[in-house]
Amino acid sequence: MISTILIIGGGQAGAQAVDTLRREGFAGRLLLVGEEPELPYQRPPLSKKYLAGDMAPDRLLFRHQSFYDEHRVELHLGVKAVRLDAAAHRVTLADGRQLTYDGLLLCLGATSRRLTCAGADLAGVHYLRGLADVPPIRAGFKPKGRVVIIGGGYIGLETAATFIHMGCEAIVLEMADRVMNRVVAPAVSDYFAREHRAHGVDIRCDMRVVRLEGAGRVERVVCADGSSLAADFVVVGVGAAAVTQLASEAGLACDNGILVDEYCRTSDPSIYAAGDCTNHPSLRYAKRVRLESVDNAFEQGKTAALNLLGRQVTHDRVPWFWSDQFDNKLLIVGLAEGHDRQILRGSLESRSFSVCYLKGRELLAVEAINHSKDYMAARKLIAERALLDPAKLADPLLGLKEAV
Amino acid sequence: MPKIVFIEPGGTRREIDAPLGITLMEVARQHAVAGIVAQCGGACACATCHVYIDPTHLAKLSPPEDMEQGMLETAWNPQPNSRLSCQIHITPTLEGLKVTVPAQQR
Repeated sequence: MISTILIIGGGQAGAQAVDTLRREGFAGRLLLVGEEPELPYQRPPLSKKYLAGDMAPDRLLFRHQSFYDEHRVELHLGVKAVRLDAAAHRVTLADGRQLTYDGLLLCLGATSRRLTCAGADLAGVHYLRGLADVPPIRAGFKPKGRVVIIGGGYIGLETAATFIHMGCEAIVLEMADRVMNRVVAPAVSDYFAREHRAHGVDIRCDMRVVRLEGAGRVERVVCADGSSLAADFVVVGVGAAAVTQLASEAGLACDNGILVDEYCRTSDPSIYAAGDCTNHPSLRYAKRVRLESVDNAFEQGKTAALNLLGRQVTHDRVPWFWSDQFDNKLLIVGLAEGHDRQILRGSLESRSFSVCYLKGRELLAVEAINHSKDYMAARKLIAERALLDPAKLADPLLGLKEAV
Repeated sequence: MPKIVFIEPGGTRREIDAPLGITLMEVARQHAVAGIVAQCGGACACATCHVYIDPTHLAKLSPPEDMEQGMLETAWNPQPNSRLSCQIHITPTLEGLKVTVPAQQR
């Protein structure tokens, strides 16, 4: 039985692992190292209510300090783990302290991809990943000010909706020919672009940013087509990359994430990894994936914790994702890659519809817009590898479950 | 602060003074009430904060909106008194509310 478990990373996966370990009766020493100074907190509200100032900081916390005290969790927050010596079972922190472990869980997360064009390092150019990113953005905000958002993905569109809510003028620049092009069907992109425009967001696709200009502070965003857009500040949401340095330097196998098996175990048998930082097998889709999602972080954190206790549990999930933009809720379940047909259920005009992805008759994924019934039904059907009748599926009056 | 009574899946009774202005799910999470998973943190996106409201208190709550209703229909073992705890805001009228947590969330 292992007596000391060390968790590196205090995000969703790390917090869930702490919870699971204590709930499942682990009575040994439990340490959590987090680079950020705050107690483990939820990230999703950062681009929404919290950015808008509509949510008190302590509502972001998974648990209050008293929980960690009561459950004897040794927190080392605001300090980065800089070196892992897998042979010696030892982690070195940035302040020189060394921690040893019997079992180690890496929940290193992901980091925002950075702009590399000229002017990218000007003041007033922001990224949004952690709590510390929010105050500088809010400080740059002024009523009727103008924000230029680079990237029309989840972060770009969610922040655009929030800025409009705050009384800002928002322009979204997307490099592809439609917003959220990597994650949703064209019909869903169209719907959200329309919604944003109706609320006053200026969405411009096929726009490649070539440089940012300004005297010390960003003033203009210049695009490849020659357009120059005045900006009071800029928010960049162009994707994220897995954080792997600690693992790769220690010799753990990495390839677009830390490689783990279905037990969340890395190439070192006493080291597990969970969350955005992992490249893991999806049992449902029979391929390796790296996911940036709350559900994945939560479930892998739990699975890794159970396996640290010797339970031999596999991580076998149908991935799901959500996004809130204005009064719309986008719910996505499954992975659409490999589909040969998309079926629209309902109409965009009704503001409640879904897009189903089929491979033959097998349901691979569903995007549900303001339609929780289809989403919930799809979670079960996809997990069960249900075969559906495309003709019935196209009838929005029939429930998804009735389309078998 | 209204007193809320949670009955955890194992039968344990937890009496908690709930601060106003947050949701029932947040009260449960702060106090680590067993069986409330609340994965999405209150976005009405996961249906893992499903609870049964004591029928005598149901009328004190505003009825579920369409999104919540759609989630509940396919939650684990839904009942007429099923609610998502993230959609219930703590108000003084909830004094004594009794909430039973289902044996599982899915």
